[in-house]
Amino acid sequence: MTAVTDRQKLQYIAARAADARVNVELETEGMTLNIGPQHPATHGTLRIVAQLDGEQVIAAEPVAGYMHRGYEKLTEVRTYAQVTTLVNRIDWLGSFANEVPFILAAEQLMGIEAPPRATWIRTIFFEMSRIANLILFLGDMGVQLGAITPVFFAFRDREFVLNQIERVTGGRFHPNFDRIGGLKDDLPKGWIEDNKRTMEKVRSFCDEIEDLLMGSEIFQERTRGIGVIPPDVALQYGLSGANARSSGIDWDLRRDNCIGLAYPELDWKVWTHPDGDSFARFWVRLQEVREATRIIDQLCDGIPSGPIMAKVPRIIKVPAGEAWISTENPLGEMGYYVVSQGDLTPFRVKIRSASFNNVSITPWILRGVYVPDIITILASLYFILGDIDR
Amino acid sequence: MTDDATTDTAAEADEAAPTDELREGIVEGFRERLGDAVVDTEVQPGLDVWVRVRADAWREAAEVARHHLDARYFTFLSVLDWLPSPFGRSMDAAVDVELARRAGEEAAAPATELAHGVTGGSTRFQVFARVAKVGHPNDFWGVTLKADVPDDTLTVDSWVPVYAGADWHEREAWEMFGLTFVGHPGLRHIYLPSDFEGHPLRKDFPLLARQVKPWPGIVDVEPMPGSGDEEEGEADA
Repeated sequence: MTAVTDRQKLQYIAARAADARVNVELETEGMTLNIGPQHPATHGTLRIVAQLDGEQVIAAEPVAGYMHRGYEKLTEVRTYAQVTTLVNRIDWLGSFANEVPFILAAEQLMGIEAPPRATWIRTIFFEMSRIANLILFLGDMGVQLGAITPVFFAFRDREFVLNQIERVTGGRFHPNFDRIGGLKDDLPKGWIEDNKRTMEKVRSFCDEIEDLLMGSEIFQERTRGIGVIPPDVALQYGLSGANARSSGIDWDLRRDNCIGLAYPELDWKVWTHPDGDSFARFWVRLQEVREATRIIDQLCDGIPSGPIMAKVPRIIKVPAGEAWISTENPLGEMGYYVVSQGDLTPFRVKIRSASFNNVSITPWILRGVYVPDIITILASLYFILGDIDR
Repeated sequence: MTDDATTDTAAEADEAAPTDELREGIVEGFRERLGDAVVDTEVQPGLDVWVRVRADAWREAAEVARHHLDARYFTFLSVLDWLPSPFGRSMDAAVDVELARRAGEEAAAPATELAHGVTGGSTRFQVFARVAKVGHPNDFWGVTLKADVPDDTLTVDSWVPVYAGADWHEREAWEMFGLTFVGHPGLRHIYLPSDFEGHPLRKDFPLLARQVKPWPGIVDVEPMPGSGDEEEGEADA
């Protein structure tokens, strides 16, 4: 585990001191501030009820559930093949990545392994989802700080990635492309060459964002040392993905527990940042987008030939058993605990989505911060409402 | 990373062997601290490990995992309802009836007994959670913990004092399954409106949309490709 830096410690202590001060100092009339459910900073409909004392937050309580769709119940009346349509809509910015762990869990229970080409194409789209998802974060972070330009760049350049996804799957947002035993289709002709150009565009987008935002003094002031999460707290709350890595936790499921995807055969790097503040979370995600373009380029170069579907029975009855598969999704660890009793439908599916845990830390992290920082911290934690509410 | 990749594949080859020292070691770790409170365990070599503990040792199991086995990462906590659905087996029923009709047999009646999964069980509800050891490259593992929840009380100890992140998960489990977590700082609704009645994820809670209008694919049971009709056709030809 990376040691907590002195600055982190000081900030942690300062936050706690602020907390204590709020309680001890002269009593003023408190105020309850409702942020949301409809608020640009909430990426959907999350409501934050903040108890304020002047400009400082005494207590903040996130209220979720405005968009709960009951997917765990619905999976119990859907066949395995139909479940991918549902889970597509959990993290809607990186839809394909939601399908992968569920399909892998079903494959593990059935003892089926997808052919190598399917595995590699899966990995390509897994990373494409990451780029499509995180590009929006990079632009959106600017908007939360009052810089409008980055988000236009983000929407502009994300379109190139979505177009590439659409060319293969037919859907910009909800590909529904993964199948038990492989994939629906192979890549169309010329796709790989176009994809190289798209990755170039994504890389130049990253450079642009870096120029626009990270050098900006306002951006630095508003994010450095704001919303510090020490590694131990991050782990207790189950923070995963870039949120954990920006607290110095060197952990990436793509490297540490890669099941059914092509990562072990590639040359890539896990980015971490020791600070654990909003700036670190932005920085790690920026590097991850760059790394993802490198991963995709390698995948496109080395993609093996062969079939894209394993032999799978027409009527898919999954043998009785239990399987837990999680993958490193754009937002963090996303997993499915699938319980099968040998039927066409799962007996129970527990969906572990990353944002649910990532947001559950907000009461802890928002205590003692100033009101404008609520927005930056929420933006830097980065959640998708569908990923909280499921 | 390239070097890591080769060691990874080597490790996988080791894990494919029928013994799994890493996961056996985890089971031993729990047995050592919890003694006979560990009811049952299962190791699937190279894949996963399950440990079922007595309900009264539920929080202690979390403490062992966090403080002694260094599994500091909290993944999730939820509940399994093993009651067979009183509303039949949904799509399965329709397909089974159709397949049985073609075979000239009676369709099997829906199960009425509780059929527990990995590591067994004896009660209707089981609470289960997953924790993992993370942050050390090449030393990553996770374990699924389970416990039978007594049918009469439907209470179990809360994990919040051990893993703060269990807070929201237990609130969800409380409203979705109606289990009470002793020691939880505030069991309030998280997803559902505060005046909601019932526990939607229980198996005996009807999914109203399905009760009112059956799934369109089932209304007119079309012969599914490869399901028997085709073979009959071939035989006729």
